[in-house]
Amino acid sequence: MNLGGCSARNGVAVVTTAIPQLAPEAWRLWIVTTCQTARARLLALPTAATAEGGRCVYAILGLDTRNELRIAATTFPAGHAAYPALTPDLPEAQLFERVVYEQHGIFPEGHPWLKPVRTQRDYPFFAVEGDAVHEVAVGPVHAGIIEPGHFRFQCHGEQVLHLEIALGYQHRGASALLRVATPARRAVVAESLAGDTVIGHSWAYAQAIEGLAGVAVAHHAQQLRALALELERLANHVGDLGALAADIGYLPAAAYFGRLRGEFLNLLMELTGNRYGRSLVYPGGVCHAFTAALRARCGTKLAEAERDLKAIADLFFAESTVVTRLEQTGVVAKKVARQLGLVGPAARASNLLRDVRTDYPSGAYRFHYIPPVRLASGDVYARALLRVLEAQQALTFAAEQCRIVHRVEPGAPCESLAADRLVVSLIEGWRGEIVHVVRTDAYGAIDAYDVVDPSFHNWMGLAWACRGGQISDFPLCNKSFNLSYAGHDL
Amino acid sequence: MWDTFKTRWQQGHRTQAFPPAQPLPERFRGRPTIDAGRCAAGCTACRDACPTEAITLAPLTFDLGRCTFCPACAEACPSGAIAWTPDYRLATRTREGLLLRDAALPLATALDRKMRALFGRSLKLRQVSAGGCNGCELELQALNNVVFDLSRFGIQFVASPRHADGLVITGPVTANMRLALQKTYEAVPDPKLVIAVGACAISGGPFLNSPACHNGATSTVPVDLFIPGCPPHPLTILDGLLRLLGRLESGRERNTA
Ligand code: SF4
Repeated sequence: MNLGGCSARNGVAVVTTAIPQLAPEAWRLWIVTTCQTARARLLALPTAATAEGGRCVYAILGLDTRNELRIAATTFPAGHAAYPALTPDLPEAQLFERVVYEQHGIFPEGHPWLKPVRTQRDYPFFAVEGDAVHEVAVGPVHAGIIEPGHFRFQCHGEQVLHLEIALGYQHRGASALLRVATPARRAVVAESLAGDTVIGHSWAYAQAIEGLAGVAVAHHAQQLRALALELERLANHVGDLGALAADIGYLPAAAYFGRLRGEFLNLLMELTGNRYGRSLVYPGGVCHAFTAALRARCGTKLAEAERDLKAIADLFFAESTVVTRLEQTGVVAKKVARQLGLVGPAARASNLLRDVRTDYPSGAYRFHYIPPVRLASGDVYARALLRVLEAQQALTFAAEQCRIVHRVEPGAPCESLAADRLVVSLIEGWRGEIVHVVRTDAYGAIDAYDVVDPSFHNWMGLAWACRGGQISDFPLCNKSFNLSYAGHDL
Repeated sequence: MWDTFKTRWQQGHRTQAFPPAQPLPERFRGRPTIDAGRCAAGCTACRDACPTEAITLAPLTFDLGRCTFCPACAEACPSGAIAWTPDYRLATRTREGLLLRDAALPLATALDRKMRALFGRSLKLRQVSAGGCNGCELELQALNNVVFDLSRFGIQFVASPRHADGLVITGPVTANMRLALQKTYEAVPDPKLVIAVGACAISGGPFLNSPACHNGATSTVPVDLFIPGCPPHPLTILDGLLRLLGRLESGRERNTA
């Protein structure tokens, strides 16, 4: 089957001129047919400026079962630009099209709901009319220590008819900074895209730059990165379980999970000097050595953590009141998850096998297969249990890396990037698929940088999960997704 | 039931003494030391390596309010003039206090007597993330866990600004959050405190001079305590808070509860 578009692989740069330029209608048709007939997914919809002042839009499609990406582009001249929207046929494109419209005024004709993403325009929220219907508005400043966002619930009594989530408060201009900043600054901005996903984003950034520079990273450095990425996954998965326990009111498990989360952060601290793993991954390699003492220490700590995780998870899931509270709460059916384009644990808990580590493996994951876990029920219970199962796998994987990683030496820094290239870099962060798309111009300078955090796909999943449920289910649904505001708003 | 007790017993007592009995791990980057005497004439290596323009030369000055504690400058320095110490105590009362030359850091002083009488034994804070990446937010949350156990010191995070004695601000203050921050500040009853946590909230940090942000909390509200880091270690935050309340001078710091 000829799939069309330019074929690419995770982290390998392609020559920009090899990417076919299609007319907008043909481009749209290609995207929709490839997604519908070849089971491709829309991973990103980045844009770049053209020499004539217009805008080139790239569609990055992923073929999960073939470890292959397909890219095709279309160009819109400056001024009035429009094309028939993808969303009516491909709901997962809804947010991508809104962003392109918001940033560049390229109008997707027939888009069902072209509301703001990161700007604050006067926007009439969706309102349900009716006698006993009331509206609950929350945020941007929430009750807990969390990031800002605005939530509007349309309720009938306790039942949520509709939840609308308005974000954008965290918009820091990160993509623009990544495009124009010095390499040193780019690295800290990449680490700060989502502060709970430092390794995930800094690795995606490094992998993109390495792809553009044509630099191969030493295998041991890749293993150390993978070890850190799994520690990050562990810290967050375990932390989320604690947060769920706290919201149910089961405080022993909340306290124990909370403490265990800290153990993983402290391990990252011993490895990198920072509890979130900042300044470990940089283009070309890793910053810190993995000494024999560290290896031994990591091994002991991981073995302890494995015992603790089992004991605490057993305690948590053996409690029938806990299980009843989680089961059948916030269900996202598989079909809906596919239509919304969910990624990461949220997708896998709805029975969708999507995991960059197995679908588009790079680095150490090319040599170490982690069989993805999936569950069928799509409820909060599935999203919680999946975290335990993934945490156990991560522990096994991390312990294995500890045994085999030996010498790690800093690699050569990536100084010059190839001209006229485009690279798609994918990493499976703890929340799911992280995508960085970077393009260089004729001089080898970065002229387009686009980031897709897993939260970008999954916020709609959260809104969906709350529909029809009780408003008091919201905290549980929210924690079971635990999405990034900063990663969405960029 | 039996399992619940068993797990409780296995988990043991995890709360950490403050100040901690053990030093932080070797690689932890706390307060840097600079020895300008070693600098070669005309060398600009550290300044050029710094991602957040935290270093100015002649005299060599570190702005800890901008510093992300990445190791770039120390690695770039050809003469080993810059080194990291595991000293986690970094909070100051003034922005200028964070400008580190070779002298010691003027660690935060306590509030005046009247304010201490009000807040010294019970401080309620409202946190506002104004563009924070969730790093600082998570470390503030970590203060509530059983290890750091903030509430043993009488400090608590509350849900409403109207119940609070002050704000803890994180993030570079995005244009989109500025109004919400202002309103939250106004909603806190007087007298009130403002604490800026992290490089972003102090100076903009990684987002310094981004057109979508305002270079930190002082752009919008007056700040009483600056806690640097990216993100600051929970102990750094705890130390700053207790100093502000005068709890570290009176010899009561060894509160191990
Ligand atoms: S440690 Fe601080 S001063 Fe040194 S390079 Fe990093 S951000 Fe700049």
